[in-house]
Amino acid sequence: MHIMEGFLPPFWAAVWYAFSLPIVGYGTYRAKKEIEKNPKNKSLLAVAAGFIFVLSALKIPSVTGSCSHPTGTGIAVVLFGPAITAFLSIIVLLYQALLLAHGGLTTLGANTASMGIVGPFVGWLIYRAIKGKTSIKVSTFVAAAVADWVTYVVTSIQLALAFPAGAGVAGVIASATKFLAVFSVTQIPLAIIEGIVAALLMGYLVQIRDDLSVEVAA
Amino acid sequence: MKLKVIVLLTAIFFFVTIAAAEEWAGADEKAEEVIGDIAPDYEPWFSPIFEPPSGEIESLLFSLQAAIGSLIIGYIIGYYRGTRYARNA
Repeated sequence: MHIMEGFLPPFWAAVWYAFSLPIVGYGTYRAKKEIEKNPKNKSLLAVAAGFIFVLSALKIPSVTGSCSHPTGTGIAVVLFGPAITAFLSIIVLLYQALLLAHGGLTTLGANTASMGIVGPFVGWLIYRAIKGKTSIKVSTFVAAAVADWVTYVVTSIQLALAFPAGAGVAGVIASATKFLAVFSVTQIPLAIIEGIVAALLMGYLVQIRDDLSVEVAA
Repeated sequence: MKLKVIVLLTAIFFFVTIAAAEEWAGADEKAEEVIGDIAPDYEPWFSPIFEPPSGEIESLLFSLQAAIGSLIIGYIIGYYRGTRYARNA
């Protein structure tokens, strides 16, 4: 799903870098604060990062006949919120850009914006809204699935902005529809799978760390 | 509960695999085709610094990525379980 190297014109590459870098910086600062606040959080941060590593490495076939992969940001969003998720996502995106030619350095800003910032942020808003009204498993499922799916919607919009099919807003919308046709349908089953896996892991984490349920619910 | 989930995931997997028996290319490649339709003249202006020399090596690096992640998760969950056990013993 990541926009490939060189596939965003320099102007848009710069715009998305300008958008993402301050948030990643803030997330890094927040991650440091969380560890200072409670050294136990270091291991939780690692679990959240590990989850992104695993899930975003899985290329899963989907209903539309193409493969795509989940994002794995759900656990990080539920445990630490969207800013720290941005910091963790950029680590994974760098690995994939440098070693796998998957995504890229010029598109790193845009890919961080979709997978690390906007998708998780929307997932987090919905998580905040339903948290406490339902079980931790259900709210994690919803947060993870939404964060995953919105990531691909954002990617479609980013590509449409860079490659409008015509002049003005109408051109952007026409393009966005085309990219959404590729990404959004493919991603629905994968978002559901990601939600289930994230909910299972979260349920287990709460079970083996008694103190965690208090923090997550707070 | 766990068994139910595994059965469900397997069912979904087989359903999607059988439902469309065409090439399983990446969705990002399909997006590249769309870009080709909209802006046929566009040339990528930057190419990856390093590209895996073959599909096999790409798979290796992808599995390495997943392995790193699962190792970390497994280690820490085991640690939590152990501390909990020690506390209750």
